[in-house]
Amino acid sequence: MTTKEKYQKVAYYPGCALEGSGHSYNRSTKAVGKALGLDLVEVKNWNCCGAMEVKNIDPKIQTYLSSRVMSTAANEMDMDVVMAPCNGCYHNLKKAEYDLKNDTESAEVVDRLSKKAGHKTYESGQVETIHALDWIKDTIGEEGLKSRVKNSLSGLKIANYYGCMYTRPRHIFPEKDQGPGSESTSKPHFMDDLLAAAGAENVDFPLKTACCGGAHTLSDSDMSTKLVLNILQTAKMAGADVIATECPTCHSGLEMHQIRAEKTLGEKVDIKILYFTQLLGMALGLKAKKVGVHENISDSIKFLKAKGLG
Amino acid sequence: MRSLAELESVFEIPQAVPDAGARGADLLRASEEVLEHWITARGEIPTGDEREGFRLLALHRQGTKGDPSFNACRETCREIVYHYNLVTMRGEYSDITDRLCMLAMISKHLYLFVSGKMQVAELGEFCCSAKPIRSADAAL
Repeated sequence: MTTKEKYQKVAYYPGCALEGSGHSYNRSTKAVGKALGLDLVEVKNWNCCGAMEVKNIDPKIQTYLSSRVMSTAANEMDMDVVMAPCNGCYHNLKKAEYDLKNDTESAEVVDRLSKKAGHKTYESGQVETIHALDWIKDTIGEEGLKSRVKNSLSGLKIANYYGCMYTRPRHIFPEKDQGPGSESTSKPHFMDDLLAAAGAENVDFPLKTACCGGAHTLSDSDMSTKLVLNILQTAKMAGADVIATECPTCHSGLEMHQIRAEKTLGEKVDIKILYFTQLLGMALGLKAKKVGVHENISDSIKFLKAKGLG
Repeated sequence: MRSLAELESVFEIPQAVPDAGARGADLLRASEEVLEHWITARGEIPTGDEREGFRLLALHRQGTKGDPSFNACRETCREIVYHYNLVTMRGEYSDITDRLCMLAMISKHLYLFVSGKMQVAELGEFCCSAKPIRSADAAL
């Protein structure tokens, strides 16, 4: 079976952010999947991936939590691919996969906790975890997208922002950096490729994997605001009028600290922040509301309408 | 080595710059000093070595040993080097001031990231938010 065929139907793991602050990412991912004829089957009774909070206290408990999601997909749903659009979830499932393959102690803890919880222990290799970018890139690809575009994104200058967890640490992403066609950990480009296929002009953005301060947005909000402000200003200087995101933590941080920067530092940066799935959805002819633009904190509706989108 | 507070003003966006190469070198040197602060705070002596012709990259490598979260500024360091090259090796280009501004903004990001981490250093395997909470619990 080819990758393209394998990814047509995947177990969908939205994670907690996509049920809350990142709901528009959830909505737009599902809408784009439907428009492209791809099948998403939500993981039954899924749980938290362990996020950053659990991982900081006990990384092995995080490995267990992520493994339970993969166990459900593999053993209860008979799925062999889990698609996680959230960078945090995606990262944690990949980390769990790596740990279970390479660390006996982690495997023992996961086995013990799985038995205690009454479900089958996840075995390394039972499923493949992919990101929403892999999903669309490998099933539809640039050529497939081009042929489906109804409203070109031409006229949009986009800075693609991948955040820190999509490519780091490198060793948990063995499929990346494998030459032509694979994603790069130092200069990721899958989002650039897809949005360019939909007609957008990508700008050369040097902070595409830089820290947005998401991890300390509560403990040190002022520093997060400064980091986000610098990202927004750098994107603006690069010529962008939109920052495309693929992580709900980054997205919320950019939107909220954009407002906070204006309030606390008096610095207003006029740049729109949209999930890449929202942009692709509108390029495929979906209405702005259908891809949840109204659920974003920042208001992009007028801007999009002026560009003939949404 | 200038203090972090002193360094902050170095990263302000340059206006009219008579010598772009000198200003680029100043930004690169200031970025090195930012990493020197991080390494010194960890009880080590900042290396004088270079990697790929740049001390900044050697310092980043030294700073990330034993602290994977520091890799979050790996590409930022590489972009500083890239833009420094654009500024100093393509001096005849008309967009030299834009390139210099971009170098200043990327360098500023390194400064903000490292100075932020200095405030809440050694706070977890991959994220720096939880230690104050854990410390508070331990104190109870």
